[in-house]
Amino acid sequence: MNFIRERIDVIKKPFGKGQRWERFAPAVNAFDTFLFVPNHTTQKGAHIRDGVDLKRTMVTVIIALLPAFIYGVYNTGYQYFIQSGLAFNFWDAMLHGALKIMPMVAVSYGVGLAIEFAFAVYRGHEVNEGYLVTGLLVPMIMPVDIPLWMVGLSVAFAVFVAKEAFGGTGMNILNPALTARAFAFFAYPTYMSGNKVWVSEATNIDGISGETVLGSLAAGNDVSYSMFDMFVGAIPGSIAETSTLWVLVGAAILIFTGVGSWRIMVGGVLGAAVTAFLFNIWGANALMSFDWINHLIVGGFAFGVVFMATDPVSAAQTTKGKWVYGLLVGVFCILIRVFNPAYPEGVMLAILLMNVFAPTIDHYVVEGNIKRRKKRLVKATLTPAT
Amino acid sequence: MSADIILRKGLSIPISGKADLSISSADSSDNFVVYPSDFHSVVPKMLLKEGEAVLQGQPIFYSKANPQIKFVSPVSGTISNIERGAKRRILAIEIFSNRKSDKIKHKVVEPNNLNSEDIKKKLLESGCWPFIKQRPYDVIADPNSTPKSIFISGFSTAPLAANVSFILSSKREDFQNGINVLAMLAPKVHLSVDASSDSFLAEVSNAEVHHIKGRHPAGNVGVQIHHIDPINAGETVWVVGPVDVARIGAFFSTGIFDASQMIALVGPVVKSPKYFKSHIGAAVAPLLKQAGINSNGQIRVINGDSLSGKAIHANGNLGFYNNTLTVLAEGNRYRMFGWLPFTGSKIFSMSRTSLSWLLPKRKYALDTNMNGEERALVVTGEMEQVLPMDIFPMQLLKECMVENIEKMEGLGIYEVAPEDFALVDYASTSKIEAQAIIREALDLMIKEVG
Repeated sequence: MNFIRERIDVIKKPFGKGQRWERFAPAVNAFDTFLFVPNHTTQKGAHIRDGVDLKRTMVTVIIALLPAFIYGVYNTGYQYFIQSGLAFNFWDAMLHGALKIMPMVAVSYGVGLAIEFAFAVYRGHEVNEGYLVTGLLVPMIMPVDIPLWMVGLSVAFAVFVAKEAFGGTGMNILNPALTARAFAFFAYPTYMSGNKVWVSEATNIDGISGETVLGSLAAGNDVSYSMFDMFVGAIPGSIAETSTLWVLVGAAILIFTGVGSWRIMVGGVLGAAVTAFLFNIWGANALMSFDWINHLIVGGFAFGVVFMATDPVSAAQTTKGKWVYGLLVGVFCILIRVFNPAYPEGVMLAILLMNVFAPTIDHYVVEGNIKRRKKRLVKATLTPAT
Repeated sequence: MSADIILRKGLSIPISGKADLSISSADSSDNFVVYPSDFHSVVPKMLLKEGEAVLQGQPIFYSKANPQIKFVSPVSGTISNIERGAKRRILAIEIFSNRKSDKIKHKVVEPNNLNSEDIKKKLLESGCWPFIKQRPYDVIADPNSTPKSIFISGFSTAPLAANVSFILSSKREDFQNGINVLAMLAPKVHLSVDASSDSFLAEVSNAEVHHIKGRHPAGNVGVQIHHIDPINAGETVWVVGPVDVARIGAFFSTGIFDASQMIALVGPVVKSPKYFKSHIGAAVAPLLKQAGINSNGQIRVINGDSLSGKAIHANGNLGFYNNTLTVLAEGNRYRMFGWLPFTGSKIFSMSRTSLSWLLPKRKYALDTNMNGEERALVVTGEMEQVLPMDIFPMQLLKECMVENIEKMEGLGIYEVAPEDFALVDYASTSKIEAQAIIREALDLMIKEVG
């Protein structure tokens, strides 16, 4: 360990203060701090600090994402082999999925981190770890056959426009991963919707097609999947959104470690369940009469509420605000699904919409605190202390 | 005992090195120091020069902004050195003790025979005034202001902080006298005691006693004020440390500035953490030697607790206010892959991203490593967990950073002191310096609002 440390210190020397490559220090530090927690000690304020840092928090989110991701890899292969009628085993499915998905992950991280590093050097701050999560999320919510250059372009758009334009990590209004998806969705709709994109190779081989559950409902078709399939995730859809089961495992990790807000998750599920239940009673179209519990387990709802809506930067930040925000994400998700046949899946737009309104929600919660204080002041001046 | 205020938020950091309830004495050194930086926002104007003789209780400097406020020498001897820093700012006033303890003795007067102006005058003359601080702003109280009440926190919940009841057990009478004096200065004196232990402090008269239960920062006077009688814009509350109350009481019964200081020497690297009978401004080296330090590397000596104390040199001296002296190991070491979740369970974490939650009774030898680097504010909700006040900490900090005075007022800047945000420093995933931000904001408020 000491040997490695010494080697790194030698390599880092030209990037030190006053040295030739000083301005590129953030880029080198980003790698170094992944190997070693730095030897920095407290210089002001509290002399002792908690063991948690942003790296640990972000890596915890990645751990929570992995079950859904791995199932997504498997399901990609599974859907392909089932549709094409070929014999296959578990590893065939995994291999097929991995060959499709790993290049997307590589492109997403490559493009996104390159931009993040460039901005860190340009602005002279350290590289924030937020993109580690975004970079994995982006491929997880894309259709499997989307061309790699579209993944790259969407990521570039999201990092430039949704994140860096607002000042970088911690300042963005919109969730960057969802912005990447929304960009692809509106820029290349033929690659992002319909019945030819959700199963691997469906665009190339005529025999393969696959519609998402919500897509077929919106088109007026019946759903051929059992509730069990929908819950486990053996259905077509964006890469890692299909399995409610593995998303729930991720949710458990996030809630247990305290990294993800359970209030937002519970609020979202409540909002969606109640809204869907009310539409069940109304029942004017196929999506309205789609059982409320099925609404919760199909499409990207579970994935969105657990991993996207809980992004602490773009979500509401106050405790009360998180409840309101979560509830409204659920309500709008079902509203968009039911009323807008052009967008059979509403969770992406619901979360982006609530991202925009999160600061407003917080504003009213915080104003409440300010008003309480003002009231107290008025009361104190009216009744002088005895 | 039943509690009338229960605080559910907060965090007691399980750090090792708590002081045994035993009192030792150590060789005293001849070298005493007064640090003007102990008195925030005071610009010292010297009354004595280097080489001049000084008595215990004799003023050595006064506050430039308020010449009535005088600061006295804790010992008799000669001013041996005045250490100055950039712009000739005085960093330390060194006094070489003559070991004679020649003291200035003021006339003893029964406080009940004095009015509040006379009492103020006595406190100002004797050098006891700096023990009275004010909220808002957490600075030495302005003698010309009238407080709506005086608050005393009779216990400390800070990590390893000295046990107030233990220190005061031999000074019951002085404490009661001090309360009686303070009661002449304000319409009401509030004293809070720890509801989870029985302390004689709960039996004092002339003060309204509150029983408070909760983890740190429940013992912080600012948190108590917030729940008992919160400060509104334009109001002033005075606060006095419990040991300093006894010091004020002792002054009124003896006429002598009491500079004796009981100090709890604590910390993970202290071999036998315990209490010492010492003196304001005394050198810490003899104490460290007597208790023993168990460390091969560098250490950090802190006047105060590990959250809000002030680092001093290992050959430095005790401060004016602190009853706790903490020694930590410097954490200037690298940890390979130390950021991985569920690793490094030797470093306590209040989040469950480490396995330290599995061992609730374990005590941790914490050091001064940052355990990460400063980052943008990302995680929400963690500050709220450690601030048991009806205040939005993150929103307040952000308004402080952009110096929006109106919003700071609205969000409760008058109700907080840096020490109330010490746990925010500790808990922050993004490693932000909340105490420094609050201190700067309070200084801005002093300048802009006054």
